[in-house]
Amino acid sequence: MPRPSVDWFALSPSLILLGVGAVCLLAAVLIPPGTRRPLSAGVAAAGFAGAGVAAGFLYAETPDATLEVAGTIVRDRYGALAQIIVAGAGLLAVGVSYGQRTRGSQMSEYYALLAAAGGGMAFLVQANDLMTLFLGLEWFSVCLYILCAIEIDVVSSLEAGLKYLIVGSFGSAVLLFGSALVYGSTGELQFGAIANAIQEQGLSDDGLMLAGLAMMLAGFSFKASAAPFHMWTPDVYEGAPTPVTAFMSAATKTVALVLMLRVLVTAFPGQEDLWTIAVAVIACISLAVGNLAAIVQRNLKRMLAYSSVSHAGFMLIAVAADNELGGRALLFYLIPYGAASLGAFGVVAARERELGQRVSLDNIAGMGWERPLLGVAMWVFMLAFAGLPLTGGFVGKFYVFAAAYDAGLWWLVMVGVIATAISLYYYLAVIRALYMRMPAELQLAPAGGSPPREAILQTTVAACVAVTVGTFFAVQPLIDVAEKAAAQLPF
Amino acid sequence: MTDWLATILIVLPLAAALIVWLLPLNDRAAGSLALLAALAEVGVWINALTRFDFDQGLQFDQQETWFGDLGVSYHVGLFGFSLWLVGMTVVVMAAAIAYAFWTGRVAARAYFGLMLFLTGAIVGVFSAQDLLLFYVFFEAMLIPLYVLVGVWGGPGRLTATLKFVIYTMAGSLLMLAAIVAYGITEGTFDLVDGPTSSNEWFFLGFVAAFAVKAPLTPFHGWLPDAYRESSAEVSAVLSGVVSKAAAYGFLAIAIAKFPEPAHDLRPLILALAAVGLVYGSLVAFRAPDVRGVIAYSSLAQMSLITIGIFAMNDLGRSGAVLQMVNHGLLSAALFLVAGAIERRTATGDFARLGGMARGRPALATVLMALGVIALAVPGSTAFAGEFLILAGIFNTGWGWALVGASGIVLAALYTLRLISAVLHENVGAAVPDEALDLRPAELAVVVPLLGLLVALSVWPAAITEHLSF
Repeated sequence: MPRPSVDWFALSPSLILLGVGAVCLLAAVLIPPGTRRPLSAGVAAAGFAGAGVAAGFLYAETPDATLEVAGTIVRDRYGALAQIIVAGAGLLAVGVSYGQRTRGSQMSEYYALLAAAGGGMAFLVQANDLMTLFLGLEWFSVCLYILCAIEIDVVSSLEAGLKYLIVGSFGSAVLLFGSALVYGSTGELQFGAIANAIQEQGLSDDGLMLAGLAMMLAGFSFKASAAPFHMWTPDVYEGAPTPVTAFMSAATKTVALVLMLRVLVTAFPGQEDLWTIAVAVIACISLAVGNLAAIVQRNLKRMLAYSSVSHAGFMLIAVAADNELGGRALLFYLIPYGAASLGAFGVVAARERELGQRVSLDNIAGMGWERPLLGVAMWVFMLAFAGLPLTGGFVGKFYVFAAAYDAGLWWLVMVGVIATAISLYYYLAVIRALYMRMPAELQLAPAGGSPPREAILQTTVAACVAVTVGTFFAVQPLIDVAEKAAAQLPF
Repeated sequence: MTDWLATILIVLPLAAALIVWLLPLNDRAAGSLALLAALAEVGVWINALTRFDFDQGLQFDQQETWFGDLGVSYHVGLFGFSLWLVGMTVVVMAAAIAYAFWTGRVAARAYFGLMLFLTGAIVGVFSAQDLLLFYVFFEAMLIPLYVLVGVWGGPGRLTATLKFVIYTMAGSLLMLAAIVAYGITEGTFDLVDGPTSSNEWFFLGFVAAFAVKAPLTPFHGWLPDAYRESSAEVSAVLSGVVSKAAAYGFLAIAIAKFPEPAHDLRPLILALAAVGLVYGSLVAFRAPDVRGVIAYSSLAQMSLITIGIFAMNDLGRSGAVLQMVNHGLLSAALFLVAGAIERRTATGDFARLGGMARGRPALATVLMALGVIALAVPGSTAFAGEFLILAGIFNTGWGWALVGASGIVLAALYTLRLISAVLHENVGAAVPDEALDLRPAELAVVVPLLGLLVALSVWPAAITEHLSF
């Protein structure tokens, strides 16, 4: 069997992150405990930055999509842009993680797993084959299972890890079974070949293939935490260490949705009548469940978890649009959403460290006046989630609606509009808690001098604000990038 | 050649807001800086007025691509009628900021920054010539208002803000859907170049947003709470300026871009407005407190302005614009005076007010003068505006004009009741003998507004003869 030629450049983002993970693991045994944390965090940050730069070069040097490594991965701008978003999310997640009081002995392992998860994600978005798809998915999922449970002396963290492991494995199994059915029906592994086989062999009504497609959709929805496959999300988001939640909410969603769109348009273009409806329905359910459940939450992390379910719904609208504008909308939406999500969990992490307990709407009362930077930042993130102007969230939502309307899905636009109106209630509840409670209700930070000011966390949050607001003003350059990336998908 | 004047009018207060937020100023310095910026904004507007050519259409036009793939741009400029609305806005905002500076507000930097931000957003609404940009400014108004009411408002402020935001956003989001639909269908979001459309659904999407913001009945559920719970100067801005954004939207977008649906659905909107006019006037007459009267009279006046706009002829339109400016100045001045009364008596209840004219000549004179203009005594500028509106709508259908005229009669009733309940009758329980007359600083805020109203009464043609649409 001939050895396929390997395009190492195309694999460089994944390889950099994998290498960084290995360095961090070595640091865990070779470096004295005192310097482990700064060193591992620094190496991980450098790794994510490096992977982002490599993905940037990959984007610049890939005018046309090509299949690499015997057709198992695809080198294109669509994947490269997703890698850049993942790398950015990873870099910011390192910033959120740095001050976390994880036990010192696990510090290096933590960053090793974070980098390895990033590597898996970077690999996954380039997948062009059912095998690489599953490999990449499990690669980053296994890392995340452990990351969720990394605080082994905290029961809720263990619980989150276990739940994520069980439900996540179930999701992966569904996806794997779906892949197997599609392979069994078409006899092909590569996405493009699957599409050809379906067309040439007249399999478009084949029950096996359709069942496989449905199960794959369900599997992706698990990972993207779209309702009704979202059951794990609130528990895991709440129980996992907040920096891990921050990373998951931004990066996992990115890769799951980016890959979902890639698989659907590359492997199943002939079934678009079916899957656009299916995706639209999942989007509607996600919007309804996410928004309605978020209204009643008091715990901030749970609320943000349901909010992330509803945002999965918004992004699925872009997927359901099944046009090039939709691809553009999805990629653009992910940038401000990811920044706002990381930033919001960053603020939660800051408050958590300050109070030493879970953060709810009650114990952030008055925080806006106590901590002006974090307060204003949280405000910006909530506006971005709600899709209000002066944040990129508005532009993202606008593009999603435009794509859906362009595809003739005007009813989906209306669902999105109603969902947005409902979501205002709980996003504004956060601002209300931060700024508008009576002094008597305020729960200020415990006495004992000023709370720790974490320069790194605050810088990270400020960077998230900059991205969230910047994406409102600098739309043209970003949308050009997203347009060139989406143009390489075969719509 | 690009003329930056419209952009300067928008950016100047926004930049001042950033400075006030970021510099570590004390309360007094923050307030002074904000007031200075607001006055500078008035100066820039006067400069714009002197340079404006009322025989031309769009001026101070500037267009920069925002996102080219969908044809959205940063496009601003002013028409004759929007210039007057901008002028009213900057004057009222300066008065509101001056009033807040004089009364003092906790967390002054945040407060004044938000007021300046709001100024920029409202000016942006009146200058935007791109639908999405218009929407951005329209929503951007909401963000500072939410906080201004929610943080510095009265005891019921949380409910008030919640209602306000949910109502307005429900309307606005329908407008966003309509904007997306219009823009994708027509391939451009530009207000100047964009073609007219005959789609009734798009039209209704816009109407939903403006009907809530104005408000028209039955979309006014947020109004009494918001106007009562805000601080006086924020109520002044809400009823004086923010409501005009809705009337502007009717005029510049709903009718201009959707002439056919506007014509077909005119009876519906006129009916809502007529109901609002009569209902608002009656409730204003029965309202138990000062702010209630002004709030519901505001509902009635906005309905009257809407009637003028949907007369869809020149008379009605010029009357509506004149009345928008009148009502902006008038209702702002009334709310500020109401604030002054509440500062002295800690209540706005008529049952506990009364007899304040004795020994307080300035208060009596100012309130009386405002009242006389508000009830549209012949010769006042409000009379001119309402007369033009009625004349305009008479050409459309005399029945509507009859309702409008009845509204004016009712205005006399509630205005006189307000004046007599505050100034005359027996001295109220809440009115201490030592309550002062209007202080010079308060007069310095209210008298210029009154002066402008008197000037317009003398020469309403300053506006009606200098309009370009």
